[in-house]
Amino acid sequence: MELDALILSRLQFAFTIAFHIIFPSFTIGLASFLAVLEGLWLITRNEAFKALYLFWVKIFAISFGMGVVSGVVLSYQLGTNWSVFSAVASPVIGPLLAFEVLTAFFLEASFLGVMLFGWKKVGPGLHFAATTLVAIGTLISAFWIISANSWMQHPTGFTTLADGTLRAVDWWQVIFSPTFPERFAHMALAAYLTTALVVGAASAWRILRRWGQDGPQDEEASRLALRMAIGMFAIVAPLQLLVGDLSGKDVLRVQPAKLAAIEAFWETRTEQPFHIAAWPDRAAEGNRFELSIPKLGSLITAGSASAEVKGLKAFAPEDRPPVFIVFWSFRVMVGLGLLMIGLGAWGVWLLWRTRGPEYSKPFLRAAVAMGPAGFVAVIAGWVVAEVGRQPYVIYGVLRTADAVSPVGAGQVSASLLAFMVIYAVIFSVGVLYILRLIAEGPETPPQEVDEPPGNPLAAGTKGAAP
Amino acid sequence: MSLDLPLIWAGIIATAVLLYVLLDGFDLGIGILFPFAASPQERDVMMDSIAPVWDGNETWLVLGGGGLFAAFPFAYSALMPALYLPVILMLLALILRGVAFEFRHHGRTRGKAFWTAAFAGGSIAATLAQGLVLGGFIQGVTLEGRAFAGGPFDWLTPYSLLVAVGLLAGYTLLGATYLIWRTEGELQVRARRWAWISAGATAALLAVVSVATLLAHPRIAARWGFENGAFDLATLAPLAPIPLLGLVGLGVVILGIRRAHQATSLMGAYLVFLSGYIGLAVGFFPNIVPYDMDFRQAANADNALGLMLVGVVILLPAILGYTAWVYWLFRGKVGSGDAGYH
Repeated sequence: MELDALILSRLQFAFTIAFHIIFPSFTIGLASFLAVLEGLWLITRNEAFKALYLFWVKIFAISFGMGVVSGVVLSYQLGTNWSVFSAVASPVIGPLLAFEVLTAFFLEASFLGVMLFGWKKVGPGLHFAATTLVAIGTLISAFWIISANSWMQHPTGFTTLADGTLRAVDWWQVIFSPTFPERFAHMALAAYLTTALVVGAASAWRILRRWGQDGPQDEEASRLALRMAIGMFAIVAPLQLLVGDLSGKDVLRVQPAKLAAIEAFWETRTEQPFHIAAWPDRAAEGNRFELSIPKLGSLITAGSASAEVKGLKAFAPEDRPPVFIVFWSFRVMVGLGLLMIGLGAWGVWLLWRTRGPEYSKPFLRAAVAMGPAGFVAVIAGWVVAEVGRQPYVIYGVLRTADAVSPVGAGQVSASLLAFMVIYAVIFSVGVLYILRLIAEGPETPPQEVDEPPGNPLAAGTKGAAP
Repeated sequence: MSLDLPLIWAGIIATAVLLYVLLDGFDLGIGILFPFAASPQERDVMMDSIAPVWDGNETWLVLGGGGLFAAFPFAYSALMPALYLPVILMLLALILRGVAFEFRHHGRTRGKAFWTAAFAGGSIAATLAQGLVLGGFIQGVTLEGRAFAGGPFDWLTPYSLLVAVGLLAGYTLLGATYLIWRTEGELQVRARRWAWISAGATAALLAVVSVATLLAHPRIAARWGFENGAFDLATLAPLAPIPLLGLVGLGVVILGIRRAHQATSLMGAYLVFLSGYIGLAVGFFPNIVPYDMDFRQAANADNALGLMLVGVVILLPAILGYTAWVYWLFRGKVGSGDAGYH
């Protein structure tokens, strides 16, 4: 494959957006978790909730900062690398992204300052309001970005003009395109699961690290957080399976080529088998190897074993998405999702039938091992969604190859290399600092025990207004 | 009812970019001044003075970029490829300095030193990159139809480098005058000295850039009444208040530094920036991609601009309101000895 500006721009976009999505998918859930913790603290005055808040807010600050700076990149990269896409699609999705900035980014950025530094400046009620507004802001942001993405996956409510640019004719159909509700629910639940897995893993690790002679030490905050995480696994993970299935039914209806790639179906037929594993080969137009269950493919995708489901050969070769990566990413995502359901069931059983999950070392170890599973599943899911809609960037309307900027391969390789180096540095350092914080744990209070930490302005405030 | 939507949006984007420059300008300026602080404690205070607000300030840059995409897609899709390398440099530099706010607190000896350097280096590089973007913009962009058709280094000229150095001096002035407002004691004394030096450098470079612009870009010069070696007083006279505003601003800066009075010097620096900003706009308005695309040619569809205007009318007052509230909440002098919530 020749490394031209197109493939380099695709690599750069995939790399920068995959890096970026790690942080929102964690901070969306974490912001809500913090709002719940602060609310519970205000109601119950149980100090363990406050300890948990003060602990997780530090991790939130690091992750949110990394999400912000990697997100700024994306708002410029559409123009630097995808200028044709920008000119063609902006009349339709431009307002969606503008609304994201206006409704979410300013809200998050401003109240984050109050959330982190405002402890001594505002009362507890107002501080709780700031945390809640940040949490709402993260969800509003997800709303707009998934709205834009859903429209690009299945565009509705627009028309194409003679000069090739698009026009919205029905904003409602653009913003709430038919596949949007399922996609938004799927992403929001994914974010909540990702956060719950990290919280569960951190709490379990903490309990394991301080394991005493007679079992777990008195770690109230960690036990509490572990139980909250188990509750989330038990409710959200099965729900995610249902929502994911709804989303899959959408794919069958509006992106049959993507569905065929997800399942590595080549022939159009009834009674499609389900491939547990396969080696799809685009050149040979078939699977070099497959491990299958007969008829189950039609049953899962279309609801009936006798349903006819299209295979990839029904589409011209130039209209087929890459199969191998889509097929396997989907299996990684679903496999991890099933493990999450299993972890939740195990945790609930331990809560119900034993002294508690904190006494089961195997469960705690499993919870630690599953800590990063949410991130992997989110990225795998995005690969399915975004690689699966190739060769189109706006499905059926604009091909990715026609969307790229008139820039040279030299510039794009330089920028891609620079992004890789700098992201590698900030990612490893960020993860290191977060792990260090997790190792310290919520039970290690900072300097002050009885008072929330102060803010940088407390010492010398003279109340001088401008 | 018929609103001139493209014109309104040109005003909104211009305001967003101006607010970005004025607000993030002092954030970046503090980063530029970081190496000159006397001690790590002083650096902590400098950073703490902007920690609660820098993220909101940088959001105006996202509104500038996202807003250009949404309101003037043809300008966005012509300018970004034209300014590819400086834009990417700016983004990478902003990443390094942005994560430094958190990372610097969590690093131990070497980590802290590294992120201190990254904050300073990132701020300097981001400022220079913005200056190169501005210089490349003023020089003009080669278009074919509505698409960029120039080379990868078109933006790199002695002129754009001069603009970049000028912006470095200007942001330093914003940072120094902000510190006069928000700090006290020895750090404030130092900030006043920084403000004197950077005010002198800003004034000198602004003058040099202005002259260079008139000499190197005849189309801008013509707007100011300089054509073919002669100059036309009738064209220049109505524009005279603009450089005058800059001189008044400089006077306010000097007064503010001498008395170390609150935000006076910062407001003076804002007048200087405003004068430069309007002065530039006079040079190329109504072009949005100098010098072949005006803002009407670049504008998005009326139904998109109209929908967004509804959003702006409702949301922008709220945004300005809570932004002002956050600044008011964190008012007063920043002390040392309390390193935030960490």
